Amino acid sequence: MRILIVEDDATLADGLSVGLRLSGFTPELVTTCADADEALAQGGFAAVVLDIMLPDGSGLDVLSRMRGKDDRTPILLLTALDQVRDRIAGLDLGADDYLGKPFDLDEVTARLRSIVRRAEGRAQADLQWNGLSVDPARMNGRHNDRDIEFSPREFAILRALLERPGAILSRSALEDRLYGWQDGVESNAVEVHIHKLRAKLGADFIQTIRGAGYKLAKDAS
Amino acid sequence: MNSIRIRLFLILLLATGVVWLSAFLWIQQSTRAEVERVLDARLAESGQMVSSLISDRRIDVARAATVVPEFEFAEDGPTAGYSHRLSCQIWSLDGVLVGKSGSAPAESLSGQDAGFSSNIVDGEEWRVYTVINEDLGVRVMVGDSHTVRDRLVRDVTTGLVLPALMVLPILAGLIWLSVQRGLLPLDRLANGLSRRSADDLNPVAVWTMPREIRPVGTALNGLFSRVGAVREREKAFTSFAAHELKTPLAGIKTQAQVAMMASDDATRTSALRRIQHGVDRTDRMVRQLLSLASVDGAEVGQKVDVNIVAIVRDVADDLTRLAAAKGVSLEISESGTIPIQSDPILLALALRNVIDNAIAVAPDGSKVEIKIEMFEARLQIRVMDRGPGIADCDRARITDRFFRGAGSNGDGSGLGLAIVETAVKRLGGQLEFTPRPDGGEVVSMVIPQL
Repeated sequence: MRILIVEDDATLADGLSVGLRLSGFTPELVTTCADADEALAQGGFAAVVLDIMLPDGSGLDVLSRMRGKDDRTPILLLTALDQVRDRIAGLDLGADDYLGKPFDLDEVTARLRSIVRRAEGRAQADLQWNGLSVDPARMNGRHNDRDIEFSPREFAILRALLERPGAILSRSALEDRLYGWQDGVESNAVEVHIHKLRAKLGADFIQTIRGAGYKLAKDAS
Repeated sequence: MNSIRIRLFLILLLATGVVWLSAFLWIQQSTRAEVERVLDARLAESGQMVSSLISDRRIDVARAATVVPEFEFAEDGPTAGYSHRLSCQIWSLDGVLVGKSGSAPAESLSGQDAGFSSNIVDGEEWRVYTVINEDLGVRVMVGDSHTVRDRLVRDVTTGLVLPALMVLPILAGLIWLSVQRGLLPLDRLANGLSRRSADDLNPVAVWTMPREIRPVGTALNGLFSRVGAVREREKAFTSFAAHELKTPLAGIKTQAQVAMMASDDATRTSALRRIQHGVDRTDRMVRQLLSLASVDGAEVGQKVDVNIVAIVRDVADDLTRLAAAKGVSLEISESGTIPIQSDPILLALALRNVIDNAIAVAPDGSKVEIKIEMFEARLQIRVMDRGPGIADCDRARITDRFFRGAGSNGDGSGLGLAIVETAVKRLGGQLEFTPRPDGGEVVSMVIPQL
């Protein structure tokens, strides 16, 4: 899941970025409103973690510009101004959730999963397909009565495929999901992780469509 | 005696008392004058009558004086009881007592030839009217004792004053009540204010106040709005400060959690290093906040002869290590400085922040110049760096609290120049930023003699 982090404090931004990656998200980082607008214009984010006080303006302005353009990407506001008045202002502008600084990394990831789930119209936290049930919070799953653990990168790919089962995702689309902009992309990373996933879920669980990409096999259940 | 109520009460009481006293004195004087006039007229009448009686030879000269006591002031009415006996003496012109009334002393009542006179005879004061009867060669003296006159006047005035004295406590009570009532609006205002909670800065209703205390109400409302504005500013400052402290704290916490989650050493070490960095930054922020609070509240207390060169050298020495780490050299030059009266602590604080800033933005290996000059008893300190300078769009806000310019690395507190500006303002000086034509910024502080 690609998450856009808009935060100008270097220490916090880095912590969020590393923390989200360790929790199976694919974070990308910008530090100003202008950069945030630009990144959002390109799209493709499952959610945005948005700080309010930014060097070139207020995160609330970014939020209202997004909602003005009918961009419904779920937004988690982060701010130190955690007075009720500020919360109400943020939520009224269309934020999906709100966290006051300092916060727990676990809470950030839990709330991100929750707002993404809500945006996708799912009530259930688990993702299910073809005898596999995945718990995004723990990055583990259960397949045919067998517990399976996934690494963050394996999980990122699996999660991308599970979001729209049956759709074909190109290798570059999966690479996008795998890395933030800061990371260098190893040329065969996607293949390596697909291979590892097939070893855990069975060779047929993910199908390779030559020249197009990958997709999940049809739901047999 | 600092009570309007007591003061008003006493003033009113005193004023009433003075009015009463003057009225009393006036009545006494006019009563006395009137009594004297009437009695004098009687006296003269009696004298003339005795004189004419003996002239007509209707009575014997020797007996004539005894006629007088029949003329008594024994009329009915308010003066009843003031039996006013007249005494009469008839002297021959050569000074032999020819006759006298019973109440008259044997001594001569008057040494005067004719007309009115006041004399003391036998220790008693007499008012005497003398008529000379040339035909018979006698002098007729008719007199009455002053004691009687005095008693009459005293009784008349006492009759006036006694009821007045009895009314006086009632009057005092009425004055007290009126003062009390008159001061009611003040009491209401005081009660209203004392019942207020500390948060209630709503204006008091001036239009319902009496005109006299309206200025107080208006002044109070002015004070309320100023206090309110200060409080708003402080609230904004506090919430900014909270943001500025909570953000690095959030960073530290997140990095700590990352360090706990991380399975590889590289991630953990990086997180721990960032925690250390975050703690340093937070520490610096707290120090700057305290500095700002101290300059904010500071009265320019210390006013001593300041050797500016020594202060600049001290500050520069403290920052040498920081400069050396970047290979930045500090160059201090001065021309014709003389000690001026100022506050060395505020000066040092301002200088430290300016020089610290200059070092932070100076490119590696460059030079930060500090020039100290005097002109017209004012001190000018210029700190010049070769950094990127202040962006034009940031110039207006560069001294705002928590403002970080577009070029800042986010590590600063955003308070340095706010502290400098506040300190320079406290010193009565001016702070200016000017770009150097060949790159860099000049921060100039002009400090006058305090």
